[in-house]
Amino acid sequence: MDIPKDLVAASAAPLVLSILAEQDSYGYAIIKRVAELSDGELAWTEGLLYPLLHRLERQGHVVSEWGASDTGRRRKYYRLTADGRAALTEHQTQWRAVAQALEASWKSMAIGPAGALA
Amino acid sequence: MSETLDTQIDLWRAHMERRTAVSGADVDELEDHLRGHIESLTTAGLSDDEAFLVAVKRLGSQDDIAREFARENSKRLWKQLVLGGAPEPTSRRTGLGSWVTAIVFAVIGAAIVKVPSLLGASFEDSFIFYARNLSLLGFAALIAYLLWRYRPGRMLTLATGVGFVTLAVLANMYPFAEDNHALVMTAIHVPIVTWLLAGLAYTGTRWRHVDGRMDFVRFTGEWVIYLVLFQVGGMVLFGLIAAVGAAAGLDVGTFLAEWLIPCGAAGAVVIAAWLVEAKQSVVENMAPVLARVFTPLFAATFVVLLIAVLASGDATALDRDLLIAFNAVLVVAIGLILYNLTARGDGEGPGWFDWLQLALVGGALALDVVALTNILTRIADGWTFNRTVILGANVILLVNLAVSAWLLARLIRRRGGAVLALERWQAALLPAYGVWALVVIVVLPPVFALT
Repeated sequence: MDIPKDLVAASAAPLVLSILAEQDSYGYAIIKRVAELSDGELAWTEGLLYPLLHRLERQGHVVSEWGASDTGRRRKYYRLTADGRAALTEHQTQWRAVAQALEASWKSMAIGPAGALA
Repeated sequence: MSETLDTQIDLWRAHMERRTAVSGADVDELEDHLRGHIESLTTAGLSDDEAFLVAVKRLGSQDDIAREFARENSKRLWKQLVLGGAPEPTSRRTGLGSWVTAIVFAVIGAAIVKVPSLLGASFEDSFIFYARNLSLLGFAALIAYLLWRYRPGRMLTLATGVGFVTLAVLANMYPFAEDNHALVMTAIHVPIVTWLLAGLAYTGTRWRHVDGRMDFVRFTGEWVIYLVLFQVGGMVLFGLIAAVGAAAGLDVGTFLAEWLIPCGAAGAVVIAAWLVEAKQSVVENMAPVLARVFTPLFAATFVVLLIAVLASGDATALDRDLLIAFNAVLVVAIGLILYNLTARGDGEGPGWFDWLQLALVGGALALDVVALTNILTRIADGWTFNRTVILGANVILLVNLAVSAWLLARLIRRRGGAVLALERWQAALLPAYGVWALVVIVVLPPVFALT
């Protein structure tokens, strides 16, 4: 399955915020977590993730801090702020509304996830 | 990890660091990412070399990464265009070849400035006319050029045009005598609205967005720098022509005063706008330096002014000229804040410079409070046109500075999003200046100055 670019871009910020809501994290781990959560359907590039993280930081939704990895390498960790948590709640409401609308409309069309027309 | 791997990663780093859009800290972060990926690949059984190749390949082409970083990091679109890789096609409007058009518009600008005097309104005899219309005459070609250059769409082009004509009507609506205060205030406030119209032409559909407005502020700053440079060059030219004229026994005074200066200035207005875009990196690198040089100097000036005022004994009965100087100083403070904002690197944490800015704003606030007390004491003797205008300007400045100070304090305390909030605040105020200027031009004269 090829998820279109627009959809990936739109879902990127809520996904990052959700992952950071689980626990503080860093770039590589976030990308791995995204792949995990989406069963490999969403393969983010670094060119997508890092600018996004920096934008979220600029908006005050996350804060970053330089720390060290287990092997002692310099590593930048990201943490969700209260503003970020509020933004995440808003994202959740919006995405649920979209998902519900789609589900409801598909139910009335009677097209199942397998694509079989009733 | 092996030495060869470290060498390879260093090479990759060096390549990455050459990208202007990716800062050193960004590369650090990407390197950690790359090494993390390599580790997990070697754990899975790949050799160092293989792991490095796979990880780098997975990281994506450097051009792509740099472009994405540029999109977020640089506030400037042009960086995306000059990043290398596949260049986006530059149109006739953006390339250096656009100089022909710039010159055409500059010539039109020079002609517009001369039209009234060719029709009989000479510079000396028609003070009132030029006081009202100078910015309109001087900026008409600039606005036309910006409209041509950025093509904001039919609606916005129309809006800018209608706005321009309306402003021309409003500026000339009231019959003022030459010594009327309202004439001076109109002369000062019309350029503010003209400048905002130029902003509308420049930002186009982005005029509602913070980024669009900040781009215009940046444009204005660089445009002013170019104009100052032109002025220096122009003065040398002026002096040379005068010297040669005197040596040859020719009277070049009329030519200089009536042709060279007005036409040169009007042309320079357009050429500077063209240069800001065409030779972007030239002044862009200078702007942060200028901001950093002048912020401390102005902060120090504010302290001296404050001490001078307080030492004068009666801080509520200041000289009128000093009050006017105060206003100029406050406008400069806000200009510096705006300029520093646009020159600010992305992801830059709070530093000593933000303390300096806070000191600057704090000093400006204190001065503004002194100025306001003075104006209010004067107003106690009765409202006049000038007092009302200065009161209004000071209240706007006070609100601006107070909120800016609060946001700078947040920034220093590392509250997230403070830079963005400061940009939003400054951008939101831009139209407010225009509204106040219109009040001064349209509403206040009939209330005070025409009776």
